[in-house]
Amino acid sequence: MTEHFLDVKNLQIHFPTDDGLVRSVDGLSFQLERGKTLGIVGESGSGKSVTSLGILGLHKGGRAKISGEIWLDGEELVSAGAEHVRKLRGKKMAMIFQDPLSAMHPYYTVGDQIIEAYRIHHKVAKKVARKHAVDLLGRVGIPQPDKRVDSYPHEFSGGMRQRAMIAMALSCDPTLLIADEPTTALDVTVQAQILDLMRDLQRDFDAALIIITHDLGVVAELADDILVMYGGKAIEYGTAEDIFERPEHPYTWGLLGSMPRLDREPTERLLPIKGSPPSLINVPAGCAFHPRCVFEGRTGGKANTEVPELAETEGGHLVRCHLPREERRAIWANEIKPNLESA
Amino acid sequence: MVTYIIRRLVGALVMLAVVSMVTFSIFFVVPRLAGVTATDFANRYVGRAATQETVVEVTKKLGLDDPVVVQYGRWVKGIFVGAEFDYGAGVEHCPAPCFGYSFVTKKPVWPELLDRLPVTLSLAAGASVIWLLAGVSVGVLSALKRGSVFDRGAMMIALSGVSLPPFFTGLIALSLFSYGLRITAPGGAYVPLTENPVEWAYSLILPWLTLAFLNAAAYARLTRAGMLETMGEDYIRTARAKGLRESKVIAKHGLRAALTPIVTIFGLDVGILLGGAILTENVFSLPGLGKYATGAISTQDLPKIMGFTMLAAFFIVMANLVVDLLYAVVDPRVRLS
Ligand SMILES: Nc1ncnc2c1ncn2[C@@H]1O[C@H](COP(=O)(O)OP(=O)(O)O)[C@@H](O)[C@H]1O
Ligand code: SF4
Ligand SMILES: [Mg+2]
Repeated sequence: MTEHFLDVKNLQIHFPTDDGLVRSVDGLSFQLERGKTLGIVGESGSGKSVTSLGILGLHKGGRAKISGEIWLDGEELVSAGAEHVRKLRGKKMAMIFQDPLSAMHPYYTVGDQIIEAYRIHHKVAKKVARKHAVDLLGRVGIPQPDKRVDSYPHEFSGGMRQRAMIAMALSCDPTLLIADEPTTALDVTVQAQILDLMRDLQRDFDAALIIITHDLGVVAELADDILVMYGGKAIEYGTAEDIFERPEHPYTWGLLGSMPRLDREPTERLLPIKGSPPSLINVPAGCAFHPRCVFEGRTGGKANTEVPELAETEGGHLVRCHLPREERRAIWANEIKPNLESA
Repeated sequence: MVTYIIRRLVGALVMLAVVSMVTFSIFFVVPRLAGVTATDFANRYVGRAATQETVVEVTKKLGLDDPVVVQYGRWVKGIFVGAEFDYGAGVEHCPAPCFGYSFVTKKPVWPELLDRLPVTLSLAAGASVIWLLAGVSVGVLSALKRGSVFDRGAMMIALSGVSLPPFFTGLIALSLFSYGLRITAPGGAYVPLTENPVEWAYSLILPWLTLAFLNAAAYARLTRAGMLETMGEDYIRTARAKGLRESKVIAKHGLRAALTPIVTIFGLDVGILLGGAILTENVFSLPGLGKYATGAISTQDLPKIMGFTMLAAFFIVMANLVVDLLYAVVDPRVRLS
C-alpha cells in the first residue's frame, strides 16, 4: 500500500525483440499527488512514452514484460486484470498525445470522438453526451463550440486540435492526466497558450498531471517536481527548484544548456550534449551516460564499470552519479552556472 | 456538390463518346484499312449464297460504302432515335436504343443484350457479396493474428486464389461438386430469379463461389495490409486510451479506415464485372454478357461486339463516377468542389 495518489515503484517495461531485449523502462520510481504536476524530461528514446502507456495499461496483452508496481488511488495496476484497467482508462486516467492530427481519427468529427469517450464510461443518450462535448469544447477555449463540435479534425488548426484533444481527455473528469509532449507539434506562441490552458484546467479539475517533454523549458513554470530520464532510468529527481536552481547531474546540466531560448535562434543551443542517446538494447556498461559525459574522467574509472545508485543528495533530491556530492556542487557553481548565465 | 456531380456526369458522357469513337474505329475502320471492303460487310448479312447484285444493293441500302463519319453518325443516331434496316428482306425498324443488327441472328442487338443482362447481374451480385464478406473477414482476422497458423494458411490460399484463373478453379469445382458429389447444379442450368429464387441461387452457387474465390483472395490480402497499417496508427492508441473495448477499436476505428480503399476497388470491380465475367460465364455456360461477347467474337459479329463493348464501357464509366462520389462520403477529408 501507499499513501500517495500515484506511486510508481521500480517499474520495468522490457520488450523482447529479434535484436535482443529492449529495456525501455528500467527500474523507475516516482510519486505524485492530486493537484500536483510532475514533469518527466529526457531526450527522445529515453522511455518516456513507454512509461506513460505503461501506466495506462496499454502494454497489457502485448509482448512487453512488465514488473514493479503502479499504485493509483490505492489500487495496484500492474497485477490488475486487463479488462479492469481498461475500465479505468479514459475515466480515472486519461492521456493527451503529441500530434493531435494523427491522434484523432480522421473520419469522425471532433464531437463524435468526444461523445464516444464520454459514453464509454457513462450510459447516457447521445444528445446528453453531445451537450457535454459542446460544454467541454467551450471550456478549453474553442470559439463557437456548438458549431465546431461537428467539424472534422483536419478542419481545425493545430492549436485548436490540441484543445479538442484536451477536451476529449477531460471528458470523464480523470484524476490522473498524462500529457505526452503536448506542445511539441505546435509553434511557440500556441505552445504557451496550451500550457496556460493545462495549468488552469488542472487547478479546476484538481487532477494529478504528468507532463512529458524533451524540453525542460516546457515544464519550467508548470511542474512541481521533475524527473529526468536517461536510458530508461531516472538520473535526477527532485522539485522544480532542485532541478533548475541546484541540478547535480551532468546530463541535467546538458539539458539546461540546450533549452531553446526566446532570445536566440531556435537551432542555437548553449551547451549541446554531444553524441546521441544510448540504444536500449545495448545500454553502455556502468553509467549509461558516460560515453557522452564531459566529467567521466573525474570519477576514478568507475563510470564505465559500475552503475551509479540513484542516491539522495539533500531533502528528497535524488541524483545518479559517481561524482562526490561536493564536487558536483562545485562544478555546478563554478563551471556550469556562470556559463549558462553569461551566455 | 451538385455542380461537382454535374461536372462529373458530363465528363462521363464525354468519356463514353470517346470510347464509342475508338471502338467504332477499331471494328469498322481498321478492317477496311486491312482490305475488308464494304461489300464484305454486306456479305455478312446476306450470306454466302447471295448473288453479287443483292450484295451490292444491300451495301447501298445499309450505307456501308458511305464515308466513315457518316456511318458513325448514323450509328450514334440509331442509339438515340432508332434506325431503319434493310439487309435484303425488306425494311425493318430497330427502335432506340439501336445498336445495330446482328450479322448472324439478323435481330437488333440491344434486346439481346438486355436479355443477357439479368444473368450477369445475378452472377455479379451474389459473387461480389460473397467475396467482399469473405475477403474482408479473412483479411481482418489475418491481420489481427499476424504470423499465426491461420494467417499463414489464409495468405497461402489467397496467393493461390489470385494466381488461379476461374477456368481452372471453376472446372475443378464443377467436376468435384456437380459431377462428383452431385451437390450443386451442373453447368448451363441457369434459372431466372423471377422464376424460382431457390433454383436461381442453386444454379448460381458454384459460379458465385468460383468468381468470389478469385476476388476474395485479392481482397483478403488488401484488407490484411490495410488493417496492419491502420492498427498501427496513433488514433488507434487514442481509442484504446479512452478505454474503448478492443472489439470496437478494431471495428469502429481500425476497419473503418482500412475499408476506404476497399470500397473504391470494390466499386470498380463490380463495374467491370457488370460487363460480363467472360471466363466464369463460359466455364459454367451461363448465358450472360460475357458468354454473349465470346460468341460474338467467335462469329465476328461486329454489331454485337460493338453493342457489348459500349454497354461494358457504360458500366465501367458509371462505376468510376459512383466510386468518386462515394469516396467523398467515406473519407471526409476529400472535399467535393
Ligand atoms: N513496442 C515496442 N517494442 C520494442 N521497443 C519499443 C516499443 N515501444 C518502444 N520501444 C523502444 O523503447 C524506447 C523508448 O521509447 P519511448 O518511450 O517512445 O521514448 P520517448 O522517451 O522518446 O518517449 C525506444 O528505444 C523504442 O524504440
Ligand atoms: S557517473 Fe560519471 S559518467 Fe556518469 S554522469 Fe556522473 S560523472 Fe558523468
Ligand atoms: Mg515519446
